[in-house]
Amino acid sequence: MTAADGVPTAFPDNDGKPVGHGRMLRKEDRRFIRGRGRFVDDRQLPGMLYLAILRSPLAHARITRVDTLAAEAHPKVKLVMTGADLAARNLAWMPTLSHDVQAVLATDKVRFQGQEVAFVVAEDRYSARDALELIDIDYEELPAVVDVRTALASDAPVIRTDLEGKADNLCFEWETGDAVATDAAFAAADVVVLQDMVYPRVHPAPLETCGAIADYDAIDEKLTIWSTTQAPHLHRTLYALFSGVPEHKIRVVSPDIGGGFGNKVPIYPGYLCAITASVVLGKPVKWTEDRSENLTSTAFARDYVMRGEIAATRDGRILGLRSTVLADHGAFNGMATPTKYPGGFYGVFTGSYDIEAAYCRMTAVHTNKAPGGVAYACSFRITEAVYFVERMVDRLAAELDLDPVELRRRNLIRPDQFPYRTRTGWVYDSGDYPATLAEALRIAGYDDLRREQAQRRARGELMGIGVSVFTEAVGAGPRADMDIFGLGMADGCELRIHPTGKAVVRLSVQTQGQGHETTFAQIVAEEIGIPPADIEVVHGDTDQTPFGMGTYGSRSTPVSGAAAVLVTRKVRDKARLIAAGMLEVAPTDLEWGRGAFRVAGDPAKSVAIAEIARHAYGGSLPPGVDGGLEAQVTYDPANLTFPNGAYICVVDVDPGTAVVKVRRFVAVDDCGTRINPMIVEGQVHGGLTDGVGMALMEMISFDEEGNCLGASLMDYLLPTAVEVPDWETGYTVTPSPHHPIGAKGIGESATVGSPPAVVNAVVDALKPFGVRHADMPLTPSRVWDAMSGRAAPPI
Amino acid sequence: MTVNGEEVTRRIEGRLLLVHFLRDQLGLTGTHWGCDTSNCGACVVWLDDEPVKSCTVLAAMAGGHEVRTVEGLELDGELDPVQRGFMACHGLQCGFCTPGMLMTARALLDRNPSPTEQEIRRAVAGQICRCTGYASIVRSVQWAAAEQAGTRTTQGRP
Repeated sequence: MTAADGVPTAFPDNDGKPVGHGRMLRKEDRRFIRGRGRFVDDRQLPGMLYLAILRSPLAHARITRVDTLAAEAHPKVKLVMTGADLAARNLAWMPTLSHDVQAVLATDKVRFQGQEVAFVVAEDRYSARDALELIDIDYEELPAVVDVRTALASDAPVIRTDLEGKADNLCFEWETGDAVATDAAFAAADVVVLQDMVYPRVHPAPLETCGAIADYDAIDEKLTIWSTTQAPHLHRTLYALFSGVPEHKIRVVSPDIGGGFGNKVPIYPGYLCAITASVVLGKPVKWTEDRSENLTSTAFARDYVMRGEIAATRDGRILGLRSTVLADHGAFNGMATPTKYPGGFYGVFTGSYDIEAAYCRMTAVHTNKAPGGVAYACSFRITEAVYFVERMVDRLAAELDLDPVELRRRNLIRPDQFPYRTRTGWVYDSGDYPATLAEALRIAGYDDLRREQAQRRARGELMGIGVSVFTEAVGAGPRADMDIFGLGMADGCELRIHPTGKAVVRLSVQTQGQGHETTFAQIVAEEIGIPPADIEVVHGDTDQTPFGMGTYGSRSTPVSGAAAVLVTRKVRDKARLIAAGMLEVAPTDLEWGRGAFRVAGDPAKSVAIAEIARHAYGGSLPPGVDGGLEAQVTYDPANLTFPNGAYICVVDVDPGTAVVKVRRFVAVDDCGTRINPMIVEGQVHGGLTDGVGMALMEMISFDEEGNCLGASLMDYLLPTAVEVPDWETGYTVTPSPHHPIGAKGIGESATVGSPPAVVNAVVDALKPFGVRHADMPLTPSRVWDAMSGRAAPPI
Repeated sequence: MTVNGEEVTRRIEGRLLLVHFLRDQLGLTGTHWGCDTSNCGACVVWLDDEPVKSCTVLAAMAGGHEVRTVEGLELDGELDPVQRGFMACHGLQCGFCTPGMLMTARALLDRNPSPTEQEIRRAVAGQICRCTGYASIVRSVQWAAAEQAGTRTTQGRP
């Protein structure tokens, strides 16, 4: 098959199938390679004005005076608003997705550096920036709470003075597992290992920063918002609650999005400032944040200080695991997480292992840092959980002087144990962990690598091999258990097959680069026999799509993908009735295959789906069958899906400079049914790069006054092509038993699974120095410190 | 200046950046802006056949020069081999870095028609892609090199 551009769309190894699942080039690429993407900032509307935000230079300070007169006098300025102006409209505070509130513009005091204080709307981008310089604000500086470890000290300044009666910086406390059983397991153990570790604050830094265009039509009373959102329907509901514009008069459009990774799930003050300005001025208003604003004020990720304790028998049977977490949530709890899961899905911290007892206690605190917590492809904190358990298991292996692969083998959940209920209450749906691990070992040539390492060590070279065997939990989620802001985490899907046999499928999730326009066309094609090229995927527009929760937490394929399958089967069920009428047989006499219904025993008598569609709109129909060929479903998943993987990283550490070079990275993933293997591999490649970046380079740190030290891409280092190897990928396939086509999510597996593999490899390389642990990011200076016995936690 | 072969004359502010001139005044929104600090390369265009980061070039400095953007890669309805290579080898996901990557890739192949993997990696080392992990970008450029040399043997298996 060849597209108009002279590029093949399907590959010869696509099982010889003309349509459906398989390796297929992406439909959306044709616009991107021409520079014809439709990103938010690309849009220009007649009369559009530009909004810029003034931000706090201080981490913690009382606002004592605000003077905007000079800015208002700027000839190109149309509007200046401060916190007081918003408060007069009851718009100064907004709800967060974690049932906290966050200041849209600061009224009383600022609580982190980069917090929004005022905004200006002007005729052009540059004038808006100029006018920010004309706003005069006096601050009375307050001591900042920066170190999460001292945030709960009795003399720590209270950050959330906006909350009535709040006398400390506690955000929440949470626990999971069985403390008593875990104590008993530890008491019975031969070996107990304790390890403190830090998962530093990082930032997803999508290449496109956040932004919005708000356009309020005062005549129709309709508000249209083009914004960089991963969850347009969720945002619309929140905008209705915040702005007072009724929900049916709000349209949120999420056009092409330049990467999300979780950064574009929350509502940000900038969106609400643009909305407010457009309502006040009656003009379209564009807000586009700059890179520094993105890094200093939007959702960060991780920032966990963790203590791990692992108990085992002398022969390497893991008995208990205890995790104590101190979580930094920043000034406001802006985490986007299901309501009943304040710690996200960290509760899966027992990982891929059959452990007798486990317990976790988490204390979350406020600090004078930007809000957030869940972002950066973390599957609701599973990055932290997987890092924790994979480091602890490696620490135990070192203590027992066992090969880390062998220790894992002795404790992996066995295939016959699925569905497997963990000690913290999660029910893993399926997996063959030993098979996935074996495939990774085979590709890597693990035994040869260990032999090579021994030879190199003898020569004084520092080669390390790191392993990570992880389990993901994605596809949130069952609505009985999971909601965000009271909205169950289900997804709708609509499919219409038109009279000419072409189809339009409408999704409640949307893409930030994952390739939904291709994958979802393939999902529908596989079920109905219409080529993907003849199926238009509509997404990212609340006026055009059914309600649903959006794309994050690797939930598109597990939830919306299932909805797409079920809606297509519903259409097919109706097509069967129509076909039976056309062929004058009973519906039960028909067999479905290759895009047509055939009479059982008489396959020459058949009608293809396109003929059925034409008939559905124009022919005579059996009694009780209404016209048209379309359907709508809402899918409420029975459970999450649990992808798994086994990763092996090989590093070389330069003994003279302590520079870590990732020489090889082998990633074997099991995401169940692979709809488009090309896209699956692409998702894995991207996540591996994130993982190497977090392990070796990325950190948002602060000085003692709360100044952000990672406020530009000159200071916050992201991996480029020369820091990462050519990825070696493989796969096993263990379908999910409850997903209609057995698919699991893949978007975040590699980000979740790869950091511990890299860190385990570096620690392994440093074994000759007696190093048992070193905290990320493993920059040359931090590795040098570790080699010199001076390892200290970051921050 | 000349933009993609067409003469363009505008009266502009002296401080206007080339990236904003292209995007806001000429409507050539294929060139993206991503970082302010010349780190990300989403804004790479050509200034007289040399790739530059248009977020750090004043539009006025491009006066009298030839600018080429991603919109100028396709000639007479025919895609450049690098454009086809990125499609064939899954060299893009969100598409935001893609125009800059394409412009650098084209410049590389003009100077070095058969680059090694390391030469390709070094060529794009001043640019950031958050989605692909770079391996497929390398393959896309290799595909394009083989395509224009007439030595491409596979259909473009990524």
